[in-house]
Amino acid sequence: MAELRAYAALLGGRFRSATAYRTSFAVELITNAGGTAVDVSTVFVLFHAAKVVGGFTLGEALMMTGLTASGFVLADLTVGNVDQLKTYVRNGTLDAVLVRPLAVLPQLVIADLPLRKLMRFVVGVTVLVVAVLSNDIDWTPGRAVLLVTAPLAGAVFFGAIFVLSASLAFWWVESGEVGAAFTYGGRDFTSYPITVYGTWFRAVFAYGLGFGFVAYHPALTLLGRADPLGLPAWAGYLSPLVALAAAGIAGIVWRTGVRHYRSTGS
Amino acid sequence: MDGLDASVPTISPHRPMSASVATFGALMWSGFRRYATYRQATVAGSFTNIVFGFLRCYVLLAVAAGAAAGAAGGYDARQLATFVWVGQGLLNVVGIWGWNDLAERIRTGDIAADLLRPVPPVTAYLAADLGRCGYQMLTRFTPPVIVGAIAFPLVAPSRWQTVPLFAASVLLAVIGSFGCRYLVNATAYWLGDARGPLMFWTLGSGVLAGLYFPLRLLPEWATVTIWVATPLPGLLQTPLDVLVERDGPALQAGLVALQAVWAVIMVALAGVVQRRAERKLVVQGG
Repeated sequence: MAELRAYAALLGGRFRSATAYRTSFAVELITNAGGTAVDVSTVFVLFHAAKVVGGFTLGEALMMTGLTASGFVLADLTVGNVDQLKTYVRNGTLDAVLVRPLAVLPQLVIADLPLRKLMRFVVGVTVLVVAVLSNDIDWTPGRAVLLVTAPLAGAVFFGAIFVLSASLAFWWVESGEVGAAFTYGGRDFTSYPITVYGTWFRAVFAYGLGFGFVAYHPALTLLGRADPLGLPAWAGYLSPLVALAAAGIAGIVWRTGVRHYRSTGS
Repeated sequence: MDGLDASVPTISPHRPMSASVATFGALMWSGFRRYATYRQATVAGSFTNIVFGFLRCYVLLAVAAGAAAGAAGGYDARQLATFVWVGQGLLNVVGIWGWNDLAERIRTGDIAADLLRPVPPVTAYLAADLGRCGYQMLTRFTPPVIVGAIAFPLVAPSRWQTVPLFAASVLLAVIGSFGCRYLVNATAYWLGDARGPLMFWTLGSGVLAGLYFPLRLLPEWATVTIWVATPLPGLLQTPLDVLVERDGPALQAGLVALQAVWAVIMVALAGVVQRRAERKLVVQGG
């Protein structure tokens, strides 16, 4: 209980600091919703230029974009701000986090106000709803469960990627934008049918890193389409397993990283 | 003392031209050296540029393959691949993102020190930004372009004037981008903090500069409106269209002229806003 009160106090502090400059905060709030809207409208622009991309129509691709967007925003809303870790490690301010009698990761997660990202979540879920409505889905209990679990598994998976990318800063302080290649890059990767990518690039991102199971395979199962790349239909149900595996790896790497942390000594 | 010691390194029409040039050059060199110290960030950033190059290139090539006659928005596959990879190389040279130095100095009150200097802030920051651009042209431009050329067939310019036009267009893109960024940062004079406007800028500039997709994929009325009514296509789309020779020689040169007009407007506007701000500024901090 005392722990919860401590977290609430941290959250309250962040809320006050975020809203200290009101106009700036209002612009941030609106822009955040716009961010996801822009990603989605890019899909519309591309499908305006070509009716079929990588063997998929706009409606089908929208299913992948919707699953990605809702999973990603949920992860971004909760653990996305852990990417500030490199700043804490460089400045040595992680010391202040470590000396408190609370877990490190939750403290960092609360270290940025998630409320301004709430609008994004609304946009992401809206895209998924539109995608479901614009496709003629043959509903079975399995597909109904998949529609709920896939975005949640996607969120866990993206959360793990956020933590893994941030952990890089424990070993390489100046890692800068490398993490973005996997977090935002991974989101861009799964927003489109993975049939568009070249063989080795797809092998690395989709199967090596597991991004193929976030949206592409669940979407195929929901749509009742066979995989043009040859994986069986049950691959769509693998997303929770892939997400849990990624979360497990992220947990181990994070713990190793925290133990590896050396303060700046300032 | 007449107040004008010969050694004061200023930039002013009342001083000899050579003194102004020397001061501007020294400020440029300082910008170059500052970014030259961020070596690991250069490696990290190039890696990310390359990953995004692959992502965007594959998607756009699939769009071209699915479009009529294998061309999307008037670009063939080779032009699209060149657009994406040179675009990734130019992204940091033009420096659309990540510059919040001015906003931070306003927020903390350090801007007071800039105002005491004998060089106007817009001029001083422009010089440092051109130095930064020079360093990043040497380091950040080539890695994505080389990887792109190895992995995909790219197109080389076929007209002699394309190369000088492209060079001029990149310089104008940097100057135009600087003007825009200065204005976004300068909102901190009035708001106290420019995080919101900066985020808005990051989003809007990426789309309207042609980073996410070439603007020519939009309906023609939208493309023309964005080009004429905003400075943003001048930041990335114009140099890239010039390089891949998307248009005939006349329109190619016309686009650079339009870009020049916008670059001048944005820098002049930055100067006006800076003078306005100086009149009302209350320096923060102590």
